[in-house]
Amino acid sequence: MFKKLPESGVSALTFYIDGKTVAAESGETVASVLMRQEIPSCRTTPVNGSPRAPYCMMGVCFDCLVVIDGVASTQSCLVAVREGMRVERQFGRRSVSQ
Amino acid sequence: MTREFDVVVIGAGPAGMSAAIRLREQKLSVLVVDEQPAPGGQIWRAVEAVASTPTGELLGKEYRSGTELAAAFRTCGASYEPDTQVWQIEPEWNVHMSTKGRAEIVRAKQIVLGIGAQERPAPFPGWTLPGVLTVGAAQILLKTSRQVPADPVWVVGSGPLPLLYMAQLLRAGGKIAGWLDTSPAGSWRRALPWIFAVIADLGEIKKGLVWLHEIRAAGVKHVRHVAGVRAFGDGRLQELEYTQTNGKVVRTPASVLLSHEGVLPSIHMTQALGCAHSWSVQQVCLVPDLDEWGQTSKSGIYVAGDGAGIGGAKAACVRGELVAIGIAQRAGNLSWEAAVAKATPLRQELKRLLRLRPMLDALYPPRPSIFSPPDETVVCRCEELTAGEIRKAAAVGQPGPNQIKAFTRAGMGPCQGRQCGYTVAHIIAAVQNRTVAEVGFYRIRPPLKPLTLGELASLEQPS
Repeated sequence: MFKKLPESGVSALTFYIDGKTVAAESGETVASVLMRQEIPSCRTTPVNGSPRAPYCMMGVCFDCLVVIDGVASTQSCLVAVREGMRVERQFGRRSVSQ
Repeated sequence: MTREFDVVVIGAGPAGMSAAIRLREQKLSVLVVDEQPAPGGQIWRAVEAVASTPTGELLGKEYRSGTELAAAFRTCGASYEPDTQVWQIEPEWNVHMSTKGRAEIVRAKQIVLGIGAQERPAPFPGWTLPGVLTVGAAQILLKTSRQVPADPVWVVGSGPLPLLYMAQLLRAGGKIAGWLDTSPAGSWRRALPWIFAVIADLGEIKKGLVWLHEIRAAGVKHVRHVAGVRAFGDGRLQELEYTQTNGKVVRTPASVLLSHEGVLPSIHMTQALGCAHSWSVQQVCLVPDLDEWGQTSKSGIYVAGDGAGIGGAKAACVRGELVAIGIAQRAGNLSWEAAVAKATPLRQELKRLLRLRPMLDALYPPRPSIFSPPDETVVCRCEELTAGEIRKAAAVGQPGPNQIKAFTRAGMGPCQGRQCGYTVAHIIAAVQNRTVAEVGFYRIRPPLKPLTLGELASLEQPS
């Protein structure tokens, strides 16, 4: 849905979304990177399974929830990307064992 | 060991940073915590990293001006802990917070809430589809990621922020499919009562005119008198439909739709603390009751910045300074006379900065349809309840927001009513023929942000 403006001399790092390698800049949030992926949604809701994507980017809508390094329902707009980070989209209801 | 501070400041935006700097001048020990990874709040998101880049250039002078305050804040001697969420404040005052999966309780003699504002939730059918975002969200993507919509974007709403963002987007080379303007007709007539403020604040007015000029010069399609909008798509936004006040309906393909109907003070913390609030008719929202030093009805709890009522970044800075003086006086570090002497010029400055606000509130009222969305509109995004379901529940007996919450689960999801609280209150008020002020808001309970059992278990009890 979104694309980056070209700018040179920016430090790059790589992390994983659903196991796929993704390039990012340091300082970006996970939600920003999710917004330029081909699959627009980052989760489906626990109630009706409807697709959702980041909406407010400032921590008040809770629609950007994903699994980050094993922690489910993390607000991806509040987490900066780190080298080697593992992000997974989350589908439906969470279970306690996770 | 429980850490103790004279003051804990929550939020490192304009208000929080300004308060911290002034508090340190008065030799108080200060901890500043903030959800974001860097200081600046929303208005100056990532300002330290971005101001000197080409993106900083296109974001404009007001954005870049945040670097000065951020630099002063960094060296003011306050402890600063980013990536930290406060999820509970207990009386006299234990602040419960989490950083990187670990929770801690910090003691504070006094607290500054510099928690700012959020965009007013503006529900319409399809607003939960991927591809629909707020204008503020798109601007944050530009600030933090140098990111713009890949295809021509639709913008719906009113207020200064859409104008500013559209101007910034055009400077960045972005494309705008259309601007669906929801501000009601007769704007100049509504602004007339503040004509003297306008003349006195021509500089501010000119800023807005420059943005408008940039938008017009780029030939952006401007659709006026838009009353409502709907979004459609399978898995993502594919089409939108807008209705004008004359009844004309237009349907068009769309991939990204940005929406904005003004901003609201964040009230979850002051509500959870049981501070008194009043209904602001002008800004159509609740605002915490504050004394002349920014103190709430709970002594020792202060609010500065847009959380005290929308006033913008400059007013937030002044409010932060005022709160700091009040706190230093209460702590005994400043005499009453000295505090008043320091506060007087700041109060004059604040008055001047807020002079134009009533005109902006009158020019850009939220469009009425967001308070009475069509039945099929999802109102509570978390629990996926529609306006129709809320209406049905509101018609049985005379339930308030908390009963509606218990009956339907609206407001029970992770956002805790940050997105549906006011909409539900408006729907209840309309069904029951009451005022929104009378209907009130959800009771807000901790944790204010979701936390894991692991985080909870990591807590040491206060010694």
